[in-house]
Amino acid sequence: MRARGLVKRYDEIVAVDHVDLTVRAGDVYGYLGPNGAGKTTSLRMALGLITPTEGSVTLFGRDPQRDGARALDGVAGFVEAPRFYPYLSGAVNLRMLAALDGDGAGSRIDAALATVDLTDRARHKVGGYSHGMRQRLGIAAALLRAPRLLILDEPATGLDPAGMRDMRLLIRRLASEGITVLLSSHQLTEVEELCDRVAIIQRGRVVFEGALTDLKHTAANGYHLRTSDDAVALAVCRAQAGLHDVRDGGDGLQFSAAEPDVEQLSISLIEAGVAIRALAPQTASLEELFFRLTEGDGRADPVGTGALANGHAGGQAP
Amino acid sequence: MSATGAAPALTGGARIGRRPGTLTVLRWELRKLRAQKRTYLGLGAAVVFPLLFVVLSASRHGHGGDSVFGSYVRQTSLATPLLLLDFGSAFLFPLIAALVSGDILATEDQNGTLKTILTRSVDRGQVFAGKLLAAAVYTTAGLFTALLTAFVAATIAWGLHPIITLSGTLVTSAEGLKLVVFAYLVYLIPMLTLAAIALMLSAVTRNSAASVVGALVFTLLEELTSIIPGLGGLQPYMLPTQFQAWQGFLRVPTDWAPIGHAAWVCGLYAVPAAVIAYLVFLRRDVTGG
Repeated sequence: MRARGLVKRYDEIVAVDHVDLTVRAGDVYGYLGPNGAGKTTSLRMALGLITPTEGSVTLFGRDPQRDGARALDGVAGFVEAPRFYPYLSGAVNLRMLAALDGDGAGSRIDAALATVDLTDRARHKVGGYSHGMRQRLGIAAALLRAPRLLILDEPATGLDPAGMRDMRLLIRRLASEGITVLLSSHQLTEVEELCDRVAIIQRGRVVFEGALTDLKHTAANGYHLRTSDDAVALAVCRAQAGLHDVRDGGDGLQFSAAEPDVEQLSISLIEAGVAIRALAPQTASLEELFFRLTEGDGRADPVGTGALANGHAGGQAP
Repeated sequence: MSATGAAPALTGGARIGRRPGTLTVLRWELRKLRAQKRTYLGLGAAVVFPLLFVVLSASRHGHGGDSVFGSYVRQTSLATPLLLLDFGSAFLFPLIAALVSGDILATEDQNGTLKTILTRSVDRGQVFAGKLLAAAVYTTAGLFTALLTAFVAATIAWGLHPIITLSGTLVTSAEGLKLVVFAYLVYLIPMLTLAAIALMLSAVTRNSAASVVGALVFTLLEELTSIIPGLGGLQPYMLPTQFQAWQGFLRVPTDWAPIGHAAWVCGLYAVPAAVIAYLVFLRRDVTGG
């Protein structure tokens, strides 16, 4: 999936503002953002449900606006809560959707129901399903299409802890079978656990897109140092070029620096006769980074020295 | 959820070879209609009203109102379906036409299921065509259910006998039955037109109740317009007038003028309504659900 310059305006409101996204084959791609940030609107444009005001989305090279349903070949998923006909059973809903998919989708119904553990309730009307069952039926409906790209918008919302765990396991399994997954989620731990690449959107604009490791790396130029003599070490650090924000944190020293400067510091400490007990980068959790990006100034760098070096920062205009 | 079970058929990247056609959409639209209470409200009305009509006609002495065929109502079962066309045009048949057509698009909005069907392998145009055809099938079924009910009930009550046409000629019961069926087919033209108007309202308003009521109010306003002094000249072009075109078949020889007139006048209503509904449906953003 490739979105370029995607814009959606509703009168004066810009719901999606020049969003660029690239989901590569094999990615488990997390799409993050606060409520109202524009995630669902972008996904609806990707699925051809909403016409972009500007820009385009292509799925396997096809544009839903130009190619219609053909653009969705190999693509499945749902935006917001999956919806079904409440007066039809789960099985009949799937039969109908399989008929609208064509090409043997009907033969996958039993397997799809089994995968989401709904075989026993398949004959019951969807109107009587719990929220979690509908979410699972949504996954089953997506699997009927034997997708190469699975777009899931908050699939774990409303599920109990066991349901969330099972959903994560299912997504992981599908990803391991080669399905590319685009996962929009508020569950940051879920994204951190499942995704290898992420995009973070705020107020309609992408403020970060790239590998999750890169995002974390941008925040990882903070270091924690414990030595045999912190007082001497503090003086060495302050004298060392390239180190910033050096401070005594109580249980050791903290500073930010680039890797070569850290290497030089370790040599300097030994030359000063100070033994290094621990020298570790301070990694931020995705949650911390998310809040920095969406509530702060749009930069992942915790100390303001190395913003979003590896990822694509499309966010906040200066 | 079975997160560990093998389901190789569910992955692997399907490339759609054979795409579903519009008839597949139609088949499932009809399947959905069969599962909805609203469908049976309309079809139930198409059964209950003719039965009531026969019962009331059987219990009353004298003729059946001012209608031409009222005086024959207890002489042959062929008169009752024709009388029903006269009485039904005010409310019953417009209601049947509007009930499903006004709901068929709007209900998808209200259920949030439009996104469900529009993310499969059928184009919007196919979905629209399937719904349009389903509305037409339902409208036809409603009208002919009323015909069948009226005819069977009246036959049980009074028997099938020859009927006198509007030209005063007596036709055999077999010929009369054929004329009645043709009359219903002509009656279908304004019925389908009203269905198209209800469908348009359904696409535009995305609200079932507003669409059904709107279609009924539309016919009522047209009826009123034609009786406003100075606007009588518009009457031949009003939709309610076209509900009388069937009478052309009850003349010997057949009077094709009102039938042809009804066909093109209804076309003037139905085609723009269907085109507007199509364009609105095609271009709309699906934001609900």
